[in-house]
Amino acid sequence: MTETKSFVEIRHAQKSYGTLEVLKDISLNVERGQIVAIIGPSGSGKSTLLRAINDLDPLTGGEVWLDGVQVNKNLPHNQYEKHINQMRQDIGMVFQHFNLFPHLSVRDNVTMAPKLLKKISDKEANKLAEEQLDHVGMLERIDYYPAQLSGGQKQRVAIARALAMKPKLMLFDEATSALDPELVEEVNLVMKKLAQEHMTMIIVTHEMDFAASVCDRVLFMDKGVVVEEGPPEQVFKNPTQERTRNFLRKHLEGAK
Amino acid sequence: MGLDFSVIPPFYGTLLLGVLWTIAITAASALLSFFGGILLAVIALYAPAIIRLPVRFIAWLFMGTPLLLQLFLIYFGLVQIGIDLPAFVAGVIGLGFHFAVYNSELIQTAMLAVDKGQMEAARTLGLSRRQALVKVVVPQAVRDVLPPIGNNMIALLKDSALVSVIGVSELTLSAQRAIGQTYRAFEFYAAAAVLYYIINLGMEAVIRWFENRNRLYR
Repeated sequence: MTETKSFVEIRHAQKSYGTLEVLKDISLNVERGQIVAIIGPSGSGKSTLLRAINDLDPLTGGEVWLDGVQVNKNLPHNQYEKHINQMRQDIGMVFQHFNLFPHLSVRDNVTMAPKLLKKISDKEANKLAEEQLDHVGMLERIDYYPAQLSGGQKQRVAIARALAMKPKLMLFDEATSALDPELVEEVNLVMKKLAQEHMTMIIVTHEMDFAASVCDRVLFMDKGVVVEEGPPEQVFKNPTQERTRNFLRKHLEGAK
Repeated sequence: MGLDFSVIPPFYGTLLLGVLWTIAITAASALLSFFGGILLAVIALYAPAIIRLPVRFIAWLFMGTPLLLQLFLIYFGLVQIGIDLPAFVAGVIGLGFHFAVYNSELIQTAMLAVDKGQMEAARTLGLSRRQALVKVVVPQAVRDVLPPIGNNMIALLKDSALVSVIGVSELTLSAQRAIGQTYRAFEFYAAAAVLYYIINLGMEAVIRWFENRNRLYR
């Protein structure tokens, strides 16, 4: 088995549904504290790649490593379930549609998993909820229910919920795509804050400006392969590939 | 012979006892049907075939045959294979399972309707599938079907009269006993009807309270 060097390593990720290959031999290294954006047209496989990192969409080939441990280890079913549940505690994920638990208050959304999985007391859980919600500016809504919140507020609570597990890595799957334009900024601000705190993040996004402003590296994916990869200045300003240029041009036209 | 409701007061005690037994058997059966319904729904959706199929078969039997027959079978039939249940217990099992099957149909549909993202979000946090079901999927499904479950519970209250045939001294049997002594069928059945109606009102209040408690989350 080869030594892992990077904090997150994706090696030769491959995924197919029958004869349809959605990820074709993708490799990606992310260092601790780095922020990587994945951009690309819909159907390019970028969400699939992100969801493979915590095994929500299992790969059909290749390996995912986090902090020296293989995430998608080959284990018998029961052992694998234990292993992956443990790994997922270290990998926070934020979804396009928030997926807050509607039957739980904001507080309980944040504390449910830590209470259940880390066996912390009610007192510790409350402190944790207050800290995390304060962090995303949602402390005042701690006793609200998700249905009483705006989209941006929901997403900020969803981020707090993920952070409450103290993850080593955060995955964002189009976290602002479902938001009204005026609500995007409040979520972006929270993500920028995390960036300043050196949280390792992999972000699937359609927002080129945001990607350019916070990310260390940008991956452009199309049809299941990484077409171009580099620092944002290079990928956005001087793309070397025709496909990247086409995508960025179309995207710019769409944004106008 | 005209109607004479003054025959009722001497039987207040008998009728009150009947009311209490009716409430007891309804409450016990309702609890069994509620939690049994959840369990059946989870089995139907997630258990391996070796558990799922036999359970489905038994559920189908409970759904496809008359409740009265089920009560006879549980109370009089099981004795022959050495299972001698007290009438109350036999009644609770019969009523409870019968309505558990109906509740499970509702809960199953509601579980399937819970957004897939809910399970994903729970699993992403590190919850096992079982923990995600217990903490996230089932509570939402049950809340979504509280009103129709409430209707089932009211049907259960009314069907609890059937356990009079296996000798549980609930309200209907109490009324019959009073009639046996006074030959005043109309008065006592009418009194029983009024009492059922009052219990029903109480039950509806309880159901409404449960529903209101869950209003915030919508």
